[in-house]
Amino acid sequence: MPIARAARRTAVRLGALALTGALLAACGGSPDSPSADSAGGKVTITVDLFGSFGYKEAGLYEEYEKLHPGVTIKQTDTEDEADYWKSLQTRLAGGGGLADVQGVEVGRIASVTQQQSDRFEDLRTYGADRLKGQFAEAKWAAATGRNGEVLGLGTDVGPEAMCYRTDLFRRAGLPTDREELARRWATWDGYLELGRQYKAKAPGRSAWLDSVGSLYSIMIGQQKERYYDASGKLIWENNPALREAWDHAVEAAEDGLSARLDQWSPQWNQAFAGGSFATIPCPAWMLGYIKGQAGEAGKGAWDIARLPGGAGNWGGSYLSVPKAAKHKKEAYELIAWLTAPEQQAKLFRKQGNFPSATGAIDQVADAKDPYFSDAPIGRIFGEAAKAAPVQVLGPHDQNIAQQITNALSEVERKGVSSEQAWSNARKGVENTLG
Amino acid sequence: MLPSVPALRSPLLTPPVPPLPHPKGRPVTLTAPETPAPPRRAATSPPPRPGAARRAWRTLSPYAYIAPFFTLFAAFGLFPLLYTAFVSLYRVELQTPGDMEWRGLGNYTALFGDSYFWTSLRNTFTIGVLSTVPQLAMALGLAHLLNYRMRGRTFLRTAILLPYATSVAAATLVFAQLFGRDFGLINYALGLIGIDPVDWQTGTLTSQIAVSTIVIWRWTGYNALIYLAGMQSIPDELYEAAAMDGASRWRQFFHVTLPGLRPTIVFTVIVSTIGATQLFGEPLLLEGSVSGGISHQYQTLGLYMYEQGWGFFHLGRAAAIAWVMFLLIVVLVGVNALIARRRSRGERREGSSGTERRRRTGRGTRTPYLSRARRTSRTHTDRTDRTDREEAGR
Repeated sequence: MPIARAARRTAVRLGALALTGALLAACGGSPDSPSADSAGGKVTITVDLFGSFGYKEAGLYEEYEKLHPGVTIKQTDTEDEADYWKSLQTRLAGGGGLADVQGVEVGRIASVTQQQSDRFEDLRTYGADRLKGQFAEAKWAAATGRNGEVLGLGTDVGPEAMCYRTDLFRRAGLPTDREELARRWATWDGYLELGRQYKAKAPGRSAWLDSVGSLYSIMIGQQKERYYDASGKLIWENNPALREAWDHAVEAAEDGLSARLDQWSPQWNQAFAGGSFATIPCPAWMLGYIKGQAGEAGKGAWDIARLPGGAGNWGGSYLSVPKAAKHKKEAYELIAWLTAPEQQAKLFRKQGNFPSATGAIDQVADAKDPYFSDAPIGRIFGEAAKAAPVQVLGPHDQNIAQQITNALSEVERKGVSSEQAWSNARKGVENTLG
Repeated sequence: MLPSVPALRSPLLTPPVPPLPHPKGRPVTLTAPETPAPPRRAATSPPPRPGAARRAWRTLSPYAYIAPFFTLFAAFGLFPLLYTAFVSLYRVELQTPGDMEWRGLGNYTALFGDSYFWTSLRNTFTIGVLSTVPQLAMALGLAHLLNYRMRGRTFLRTAILLPYATSVAAATLVFAQLFGRDFGLINYALGLIGIDPVDWQTGTLTSQIAVSTIVIWRWTGYNALIYLAGMQSIPDELYEAAAMDGASRWRQFFHVTLPGLRPTIVFTVIVSTIGATQLFGEPLLLEGSVSGGISHQYQTLGLYMYEQGWGFFHLGRAAAIAWVMFLLIVVLVGVNALIARRRSRGERREGSSGTERRRRTGRGTRTPYLSRARRTSRTHTDRTDRTDREEAGR
């Protein structure tokens, strides 16, 4: 008896081990260390990014290497921005291990301009002043330091729209036409009302939206002032716009409209393919993410409509050159090229990252995406980008938002009352700011 | 409280040591040598004793041998410890490490009013109990089974260590999938027997069970092997005697194995306590959240330190938590050791009086099999050994 049981247990263990080994092998392949140096006119530029900037996938590195013989580009990439930022901060503090080009998320750019302007190159040194006219004014201003330093060049912006599953809508008896939907969910109340209708006839166990955290994030993206006012004062607690977004998110949670998933968690990823939700608020950069997670099977099932409640912006990034970089001039030339209108337009057509260069926005106005039922993404996101408010950014935006979405998840997943959750969020933010 | 008996302890602990032979075989004579001394030597008035260097080396060499460890320990153990203490007295942010603002013990006093700190302390304790107790109990049982003679024993003994050899990250990612709410294997299995899906990660107890399961899975085999080694140092004759007295396997386990394993158990409890206090990777990777779930429901002290340091970049506060953790471990290990020592001291007292009694009556109190074994083993060893082992193998 003990033999048989032990053997079975061992078999289970071995199976798990084999699985673990396979996982390890899949996760393996650590990034190469930056190669020696520019021997014989050869330069290796290292680029360290988070999420999916899509340069490699769009073939832009290859193109640049062809245009500049002798230049090799090596990219490392961290999936989660929070992890990326941690390791970047650690390396900035230590002064070593930095890449020639570092990505910076728009939620962090205020931390760079206000707290760390001495750690990054002032790109004016290399003539970045000349590029100012290429970019949307707000994008340029956000990366400008107190003394006018240019600390990063804008890559993409995150104009917001609503992505939805036409197949699930049809089965629930809802309209699938993007114009009609945009009319019916012109306001957030209309969106939640449609959600209740969907829930009444929902196919399978699918929910109206993925999580109330993403609902909150997209709604707060429609506001000019969120956590700080223009003078840098913390105002989030008494910001009526923030409270409105909160209340709508709570309403969605209490009406059971959400699939109760944690954004960016493995379960959330799995749910794209599983069809666990019918709508997901989507900034432009989310399109690539949806394609990646839902896969080929989702092609044609998705569509995109205008966002309820007006235009907004969620996310977007910058490319910066740290002071400790090895090849600063070459790095600047690379990022100037990558953020030029032509390359931004190319990137949008291939990957969906919406351009921050004004010239590129016009170039892509006619773009359509076959994956999303030929939705006119150039027009939808272009209009949103033009109408989106210029946001006031603060150094701790990201951390404060995290505390608020955590508290909303408590309402959504544990049935905590709105008041209790709000006080939890307040306590969390206090703890964060320390 | 019984009075301590130092007189009985000393001969046990310090056996008489035979005097070491003098390192130098021959005494050095200072009389003039018959052959002329080399000029180099003649120049120095008192010639150095040839054994002096060797003797100095003999005195110093132990220090030289252990120096590498202590040098490395000073650089990578002691210095970080002291530097952390220094940092914990300041307000330091990772983005601006140059601006240090003196806070004195402010970081520490703030911790005592910080409800997240108390939550994480409580979680550390409950997860520690939830993981350590079943883990050590199962390890003991497994070791007992593996101690029997059976086919493929070496293979099984090796296989049981495999979870320990896997990386925390890989194991936790697999378990996070198993514990998934919507697509997890465990909820699927529960569904087969009619139980509604459990939101493992969200509930306080369920998420702590999930974290503990990973710890148990990884460490049970390791502890089982340590117990197995301990069991093999228990003399066979005790079991033989027990078997002859008709003691069942259970009685053998409780009255021979457990008492014999006490020092080993103390060791594993101490190591597990340290491990539980420092628990970090499993709760971090269960959902990939530094806050240990949306309500901090499975945030351990280690994870809270990480959240303060690398989530919020408050290095001073993180350093204070690190020091509180360090002190906590020192206290816990101290308490552990104290209890263990008190128990074994009590044991020794009991044991010694038992020996005396045994001497008189030929029968001990705690291990009655011992005396019987001594009487019988001379004649029956070979036969009983074989039959007993064969029986055990079945």
